[in-house]
Amino acid sequence: MAEQLPPQTFRVTRADLIRYAGASGDFNTIHWSERIARDVGLPGVIAHGMFTMALGGRALAVWAGAADAVVEYGVRFTRPVPVPDTDEGTEVVVTGVVKEVTEDGLTRIDLTATCNGEKVLSLGKAVIRKR
Amino acid sequence: MPLDPSFIGRSWPATPPYQVGREKIREFATAIGATDAEYHDPAAARAAGHPDVVAPPTFPVVLTMAASRQIISDPELGMDYSRVVHGDQRFAYTRPVVAGDSLVCVNTVEEITTRGGHDFITTRAEVTTEAGEPVVTVWSKLVQRGEA
Repeated sequence: MAEQLPPQTFRVTRADLIRYAGASGDFNTIHWSERIARDVGLPGVIAHGMFTMALGGRALAVWAGAADAVVEYGVRFTRPVPVPDTDEGTEVVVTGVVKEVTEDGLTRIDLTATCNGEKVLSLGKAVIRKR
Repeated sequence: MPLDPSFIGRSWPATPPYQVGREKIREFATAIGATDAEYHDPAAARAAGHPDVVAPPTFPVVLTMAASRQIISDPELGMDYSRVVHGDQRFAYTRPVVAGDSLVCVNTVEEITTRGGHDFITTRAEVTTEAGEPVVTVWSKLVQRGEA
């Protein structure tokens, strides 16, 4: 039986994107300039795909009960995560389903992330090693 | 202009070593809102069997993204970065990245395809220690949107 994991909700604000740009070294202008984001046809500033993927990684750590549990982790970036310039920003919800627990202690998880009810990460596949 | 398919299978020399620092791991973990002790506290990381603080699973992008400039900035490839979006990303670990690691990347172009007017390029970075110990393999698929 596929086991549904408890969904994890993460708030994302403009300040988070600025902090992530600095920490990751990804200073692509569409993640901090409303003007340039709109110029290239986006609804406004969007989150780094890798930031959203990192939130999925946090969900995996919560589900695994360990921060160092991830053995494999892959996603497809389906659509952008617009982050409005408000105190609330937006919310990303990460859901997961256990697909398989192997004999050597690995757990296979399918993962999805949504924002405003739309899929932003799809085909998320992870393998975690529980302690 | 489509991407040059002669790049498929091409590899580049190892990048200069990247020194994984304890404070960089803490900074990255803080930036993604991860407060787990293994990312911040060396004692907690050692208790979990690691030599120093552990990096979050997507941390290697800090070095692989910089390393991939080797490929995407080669004018012969013909990439227009203003039309590029991130398609897929995957990490496969041999062991977690820890503070104190000195890591190099060997980049390879695995695949270049064209579909529906868009170009797709999949790159693979083999991330190892300077001594050659495998740590993590990182795949990125970039999409170059067709010109409207």
